[in-house]
Amino acid sequence: MLDFIASLGPAVPGHHPVPRHRLDREAWIALVLRLGEEPGWTLLGEWAEQDRVHCCLCDEAGHVVVATLDCPEGRFPSLSLARPGAVRLERAIQDLFGLNAEALTDPRPWLDHDAWPVRLPLSAAPPPPLGNPEPYPFLPAEGEGLHVIPFGPVHGTVAEPTHLRLTAHGETIVRFEARLGFAHRGIESLVVGRGVEAAARLVARLSGDSTVAHALAFAQAVEAATGTAPPPRAVWLRALLAELERIANHLGDFGATCGEAGVPFIEAECALLRERVAVAAEAAFGHRLMMDRVVPGGVAVDLTAEAAHEIDAALQAVRDGFLPLVRLYDARESLQDRTVGTGCVARDQAMRFGAGGFVGRACGLGRDARRLPGYAPYPELAFEIPVAEEGDADARLSVRAREVVESLSLAEQILDRLPDGPVLAAVDACAGEGLALVESFRGEVMTWVRLAEDGTILRCHPRDPSWLQWPLLEAAIERSAVSDLSLCYRSFNCTCAGHDL
Amino acid sequence: MIVQAIGAAFLQLLQMGLVLVAAPLLTGFVSQVRARLMGRQGPPLLQPFRDLLRLLRKEAVVQDETSWLFTATPFLVFSTLWLAAGLVPTFASGLALAPAADLVALVGLLAVARVLTMLAALDTGAGFGALGAVRQSLVAVLAGPAMLMAIFAVAAAMRSTSLPRMAEFVLSGGVEPRLSLAIALLALTMLALADNARMPVDGPGAGSATIGGATSLEYSGRHLALIEAAGMLRLLIHASLIACIFVPWGMALPGDGALAPVIGLGAFAAKMAGAGVALALTEVLSTRIGIRRLGEYGGWALMAGMLAAIFLSVSLGA
Repeated sequence: MLDFIASLGPAVPGHHPVPRHRLDREAWIALVLRLGEEPGWTLLGEWAEQDRVHCCLCDEAGHVVVATLDCPEGRFPSLSLARPGAVRLERAIQDLFGLNAEALTDPRPWLDHDAWPVRLPLSAAPPPPLGNPEPYPFLPAEGEGLHVIPFGPVHGTVAEPTHLRLTAHGETIVRFEARLGFAHRGIESLVVGRGVEAAARLVARLSGDSTVAHALAFAQAVEAATGTAPPPRAVWLRALLAELERIANHLGDFGATCGEAGVPFIEAECALLRERVAVAAEAAFGHRLMMDRVVPGGVAVDLTAEAAHEIDAALQAVRDGFLPLVRLYDARESLQDRTVGTGCVARDQAMRFGAGGFVGRACGLGRDARRLPGYAPYPELAFEIPVAEEGDADARLSVRAREVVESLSLAEQILDRLPDGPVLAAVDACAGEGLALVESFRGEVMTWVRLAEDGTILRCHPRDPSWLQWPLLEAAIERSAVSDLSLCYRSFNCTCAGHDL
Repeated sequence: MIVQAIGAAFLQLLQMGLVLVAAPLLTGFVSQVRARLMGRQGPPLLQPFRDLLRLLRKEAVVQDETSWLFTATPFLVFSTLWLAAGLVPTFASGLALAPAADLVALVGLLAVARVLTMLAALDTGAGFGALGAVRQSLVAVLAGPAMLMAIFAVAAAMRSTSLPRMAEFVLSGGVEPRLSLAIALLALTMLALADNARMPVDGPGAGSATIGGATSLEYSGRHLALIEAAGMLRLLIHASLIACIFVPWGMALPGDGALAPVIGLGAFAAKMAGAGVALALTEVLSTRIGIRRLGEYGGWALMAGMLAAIFLSVSLGA
C-alpha cells in the first residue's frame, strides 16, 4: 500500500511519524478505484482543511499513510462508494468547510442542524445561517403496518443527546436511524490559534469517558509534529492511565449491558468495582477520570510510591471481584438467551466500515492500535488481543471481559517496571504536522494536528472511534426486536460527545 | 344491627384510607430493600410520596390530538384500583363492602383498569405507546386464563369465591395444607409479578423492553401521579390478595373485640413487609426474560394454574 500511494504523488516533508503524499485529482480517483479492489485497506479517517482533504489509510500489516488532495475549486471525489465509513466524515466536511464531496452516496447535512450562529464555521468566510431550515429528511421506510417510534434527542435519563428513529413492524425493527450532532461544541474551531497546552485541555473534553485516550492521541500527534521525545517514565505512566481508563469503562459497560439484559445484580457489583478504580485514580492522580493528566511533552503528575500501592490494591480488588461476575455471566443461561444472537455485525460489514475496537474484535477483526502500528511502551509488554467471531452482543461482552483481564495484567507489568526519571519534557514551538493513533476503550482514536511557526494550532482533527461504529449499530439493530434495542445500544455504547466534536 | 353496620362502615373507611398510605409505602419499601440487597443505600422509604407530590404540583401536558379518554383514564384507572384495593380484606374481614368482595369481581376490576390503560395508550397515536399496549394485551391474554384456573382451584378448596369467606374458612381450620394450594400460590405469584411489571417480566431499567413503562409515556403532572399511584395500588392489591387467601392469620373477624383490628393492622404490616422482602429478593436474583419469552412465561403460569385445579379435583374426588 505504501508503494502504491507513493507512486500516486510526492511525499510532503515535515509530516510525522507516517508519510503524507500529495495527490492530484486523477491520482485521488485512482486511489478510490483501488480501494474498491482492496478490502483489507482500512480507512482510518478523512478530514479537511480550508482548501484540501486528507484521508488516512492502514493496511493489514499495520502500515499507515496519509493521502492529500488539494481542492481549490471546493470539491473532491468522494470515497463513500469504496468505503461507506467515509459518508458521515464527508458530510461533516461539507457542513464544516463547505467543500463539496462529489458522488457522495448520502449528501444530507450531518453535524449542522441549522442551529449554529454561522454556517460552514471552518471555511475561510463563514456565511450567516439560512434562517428557515428545512426539516431533516430521514431515510424513508414504506409498507403496510409500519409505525415510527422516535426517541430523543432529550431522553428521560442522563443519556447523551441523540435522536433515534425506529420504524417498526410490530416488534420487529425494519429501519433504525440515529441523528447526531446535538452535542456539537465546535472543538475543532475552538483549538485553532491556541497553544498546545490550552488545546490539549479542549481536546481532553471531547468525551469524558475516553479523556485519557484523546489527550494521549493529541499529545502524541503534537510530539510527532515538533519532534519532542517524552521521557520514558512519562510514556509508561501514560500507558498506566490509559489501561486504568480502559478497565473502568469496560467494567461500567459490562455491568450496564448485563443490567439491560436483566441482571441488575451484576450491574451493581460492576459499578462498585468501577468506583474502586475511580477512587484509586483520584488518590494517585488527583482526578477520577484522570482528565488533563496527559499533556504534550509527558504527564502532569508523577506517581508516588504510596499511590502506586493504592493502584495495585485497586487492581487486585478488580481481579478478585470481576472474575466471579464473568463466571456468573457465563453460567446464566437466561442472560445469554438475551445476548447471544442479539445485535449481530457481520465481519465483512465491519471491514467495510473499518470499525475498530471491541466492535471489530467481536467479529473477527484483530485490529488494535497498541499492537499495529503500535506505540511505546506496548511493544515491551506482554498482552493478548482477545478476538471473537460471532459479532453479537455476547461476543462484544466476552471480548470486553477478556480485555479487562489483559489490561489488569498490563497495568501490573507497568507498575512493576516503571522507569525512574523526569515526567515532562519541554515542547518546542515550531511548525509541523503530526498524526497519532491511540487505542481508547472503544477503538483507535486518530488525531491529526498542524502547527504554525509559533507553535499554535492551525488545524486539529480528533476522530473518535464512534464515527465508524454508529453505522454498524444502526445495521445491527435493523431486523432485531424493539425490545432488544436498549441491549444492542448498550453493547456498543457509542459516544455522542466524542463524535459530535 | 345498626352498631354492626356502623362498625363495618367505619372499618371500610379505615381500609380505604389505609390502602392509600400503604401502597406507596410498600413500593418504597421494595425499592429500599432491593437497593440494600445490591449494596446501595437506596431511596428513602417515603420517596414514592415525595414523587407523587412533586408530580401533583407539576403542569399536566396533554397532546392536542387525544380524545377525552386520554385525560379521563388516569382518574378512572385510579378509582377502579382504589375500589379494588378497598375490597380485599387487609386487617379486618367485616368490611361494609364485604358482600361485593368477590374474587372474580376483583379480577374484573383489575382487567378494566388494564383495558383503560391500553385504550388510552392507543389514543395518543404514539408508536411506542401502541407497542406498549400490544405488549400489555399479550400479558393479559396469557394471564387471564391462568388467573381463572388458579382462582378456580383456590375457590374450590375453600368452597367460596368471596374473599372474607375464604379468609374465615382458612382461619377456622377448614383447609389442610395441600399441594394444589401451593401450586395455586405459585401461579398467583407469577401472575402478580407479570401484572405489576416486576422482574422477571419487566422492571426498572427495562429500557425498550418495558411493558408497563410504555403506556404511561405520554402522561405528565397529576395524570402521571394518578397512573403511578394506581400502579402502587395494583402491587398492594396483589400482595394483600395473596396474604388474605393464604395467610389470613391475625385478621380481625366480625364479632372479635375492639382490639382485634389493631392486632390486624400489625399483622397486615408484618405480612406486607414479608411480601416486600420476598419481591425484592426475587427482583435481585432473577434475570429479566425477553418479550420473546413472555409467551412461555404465561404458559408456565397457565400450567401451574391447571395443575393446581387438576390436583385439587383428584384429591377432592379421593
